[in-house]
Amino acid sequence: MSDLQTSDPVEHAHTDLVAPSQLSRGRRAFQTVVRSREASIALVLLLVIAAATVKSPSFLFNDDNWRDLLLTPSILLLLAAGQCVVIITRNVDLSVGSILGLTAYLTGRLFIDSGLPVVAVVLCGILVGALLGLVNGLLVALGRVPALVITLGTLYIYRGAVLSWAGSKRINASDLPDSFAKLGTTSILTIPILFVVAILVVVAVGYYLHTSRGGRELYAIGSDPDAAVLYGLDVRRRVVSAFVLSGALAGLAGVVYAARYGTVSAGAGTGIELQAVAAVVIGGVAIFGGSGTVWGAALGAMLLVTINRVLPIIGIPDFWQQALVGALILGAIVLDRILAQRRARVLIEARDES
Amino acid sequence: MTAADGSAPALELRDVAKSFGAVRALSAGSLRVRHGSIHALVGENGAGKSTLVKVVAGVHRRESGDLLLDGESVDFTSTAESKAAGVAVIYQEPTLFPDLSVTENIFMGRQLLGAGRRIDRAAMYAEAERLFTGLGVTIDPRRPALGLSIADQQIIEIAKAISLEARVLIMDEPTAALSGVEVERLFTVARRLRDEGRALVFISHRFDEVFALCDEVTVMRDGAYVDTLPVAETDVDQIVALMVGREVGDLFPKTPAEVGAPVLEVTGLTSAGVFHDVSFQVRAGEIVGLAGLVGAGRSEIARAVFGVDGYQTGEVTLNGTAIPKRNPRAAIRAGMAFIPEDRRRQGLVIDASVSRNVAGVIRSRLARAGLLTQHAENHASGPWAGRLSVKTNALDANAATMSGGNQQKVVIAKWLATEPKLLIIDEPTRGIDVGTKAEVHRLLSELAGQGMAIMMISSELPEVLGMADRVLVVREGNLTADITRADATPENVMLAATRGREVSA
Repeated sequence: MSDLQTSDPVEHAHTDLVAPSQLSRGRRAFQTVVRSREASIALVLLLVIAAATVKSPSFLFNDDNWRDLLLTPSILLLLAAGQCVVIITRNVDLSVGSILGLTAYLTGRLFIDSGLPVVAVVLCGILVGALLGLVNGLLVALGRVPALVITLGTLYIYRGAVLSWAGSKRINASDLPDSFAKLGTTSILTIPILFVVAILVVVAVGYYLHTSRGGRELYAIGSDPDAAVLYGLDVRRRVVSAFVLSGALAGLAGVVYAARYGTVSAGAGTGIELQAVAAVVIGGVAIFGGSGTVWGAALGAMLLVTINRVLPIIGIPDFWQQALVGALILGAIVLDRILAQRRARVLIEARDES
Repeated sequence: MTAADGSAPALELRDVAKSFGAVRALSAGSLRVRHGSIHALVGENGAGKSTLVKVVAGVHRRESGDLLLDGESVDFTSTAESKAAGVAVIYQEPTLFPDLSVTENIFMGRQLLGAGRRIDRAAMYAEAERLFTGLGVTIDPRRPALGLSIADQQIIEIAKAISLEARVLIMDEPTAALSGVEVERLFTVARRLRDEGRALVFISHRFDEVFALCDEVTVMRDGAYVDTLPVAETDVDQIVALMVGREVGDLFPKTPAEVGAPVLEVTGLTSAGVFHDVSFQVRAGEIVGLAGLVGAGRSEIARAVFGVDGYQTGEVTLNGTAIPKRNPRAAIRAGMAFIPEDRRRQGLVIDASVSRNVAGVIRSRLARAGLLTQHAENHASGPWAGRLSVKTNALDANAATMSGGNQQKVVIAKWLATEPKLLIIDEPTRGIDVGTKAEVHRLLSELAGQGMAIMMISSELPEVLGMADRVLVVREGNLTADITRADATPENVMLAATRGREVSA
């Protein structure tokens, strides 16, 4: 499409400040991938799986375990994708666990009370999630209050709504139609269908973030909100839509939760919002926005869930499992700082040498 | 190159006015910039240059007067509108997105799109390289903006302006943070843009740069147009005379005070990149004015003396005792008081009562067994507030509700309660009305008369000349002049504050 080697009439006598890289396109892409944060998380994930498999070969080579390996992270994958978009804009959404609980219970109630077809119920779940996300987004964008506080508030409000609605009642697997319950068990080529859904969502979000103006503007807003205003970007609209997306994906995650477990109580998804934030941070998305990818967040989610399953297998005591996950999060943040500082230093040195 | 003389100027302002509340920032701003020329805009701090630029950029709206682009009257209500009309402003410190690539920074919000409205990165990189080539600079379009020097960031802003087809480029003190080589490169770029027929406005305090780069120069003073001269037909002395040309009024009732022994002695104070080898004395009963341009390092020196900021080498002594660095509490204990420029943020607990504010610094002295009573606070602060005639109904009125002048008085009262030997005051009368100004001046003069040593930082030349017994001039972190009251004139202070670097880097 473009030809970089257009005729170059101007002399290149000027001092090369930061010379353009001379690598070919393929080579550059290869280097970018190999050196990326995502590649190292993927490597850790593979090592963790390998360790578990060595200890207990059935971890990988048993049909049920293979299914669990992919199925269990599906819910967190959806939440992490949404959370990633919100965190990139220098915000955070703590209400996703409550949205998940609400839509999971709603899914069950709709099957029991209305008899709507499965497709309509799924759409309802997503829509209600999006609406709750819209409330978050509007409060954050218009209230000029940090998202941390706003979504901490809505975390309790949304959870309170499920609690008062459901009380001690619960949805049971027998309440759900077979066609819906089957979603939780069906596989295509040994890949669980819910995992396929989660991956499709991640790919779609990643594609949007990378290739659309809106996606790039989300990064810009997180990188420097004031500059974004100066550039004439519609910061409010973008932030609101990030929260709507996060809400919608939490809604979808609620539906997936109902399909996966069949049993839904009012407490479904309590605390999972922190796992979503942790997954995103482990995945290399800067907590102050502006950088990171949804691929990293997805890998972070996979790693977080898998490590929780693997630690008991390789014989780490209960207490240390939590501590190890904590160490992983702290390690990721420390690594981020070090890498960011090193990158800044390298860039500044490159400038000074010229 | 494109437009010959006689056609409409690229940018023209006629008697543009703009006020902020009671402050008239711009009373009659006029400017006429031809196509294919570089036009310098000079004037003292507060002459209205920045306000004028912001009117052109669409940040502020003018209240009266004409603004014309290519002979057509325009009225911008937002920066987006001025951009669309072809006006670009490059600020001293550009705002870029550090995490994003250079190319994304140039095209953010208007990325080139390919099939299916997807971003066409390859086309953007190619376009960015084309822009850089056109400017004669080499910057990797793929690298992140993080870590770029200010000079490179400005180049990126310029590249952005060109890709927006800007016809008028305004550079607001672009060279303030640049090294010699970087300044040269910027000038090369600026000349190229001029030769393409664009109109450039260059704001600078460095006359050597004005003479090296510009074709014409417009001088502003007190928010109004003074004169426009071709650079070839003028010299530094004439421009300085035009910049300051006013008499020092009788607004400043400095009464002679007996000057005693040195109170503050500063020797060889250096903080890399901020100020270098600063030495001076302030004696009892003396008001020393610290003059210079905004950003010259005056406030930084004061903050270092008081211990808010650190410094690498040098020594500060008060009445012969050394003051440790980076320790404002020790400085207060030794008898220093510091009234900062931004009093709302740094000088006042804005949501607290007058008496709590006044008593704040002497808290430990008032406390009985670690407890502080409101009675004690009121008792201690009453005389000070009364003496300064702070117009509040009661001492427990909230500081946030008071006028700027009264806030300033509360801050002064707060520090006088510590009975300091040295008072450092930064911009004592910024943003307060004329009546209160006179009161603050009378108070400072009275304090000096009682033997207090006062170091006053001020950007208002008449204030410095009217109040100070001695004027120290700071330029780019160096003390460049020490002028006694009798010898100080607007011209020699201004010259010392602006004369280009003798030894260019």
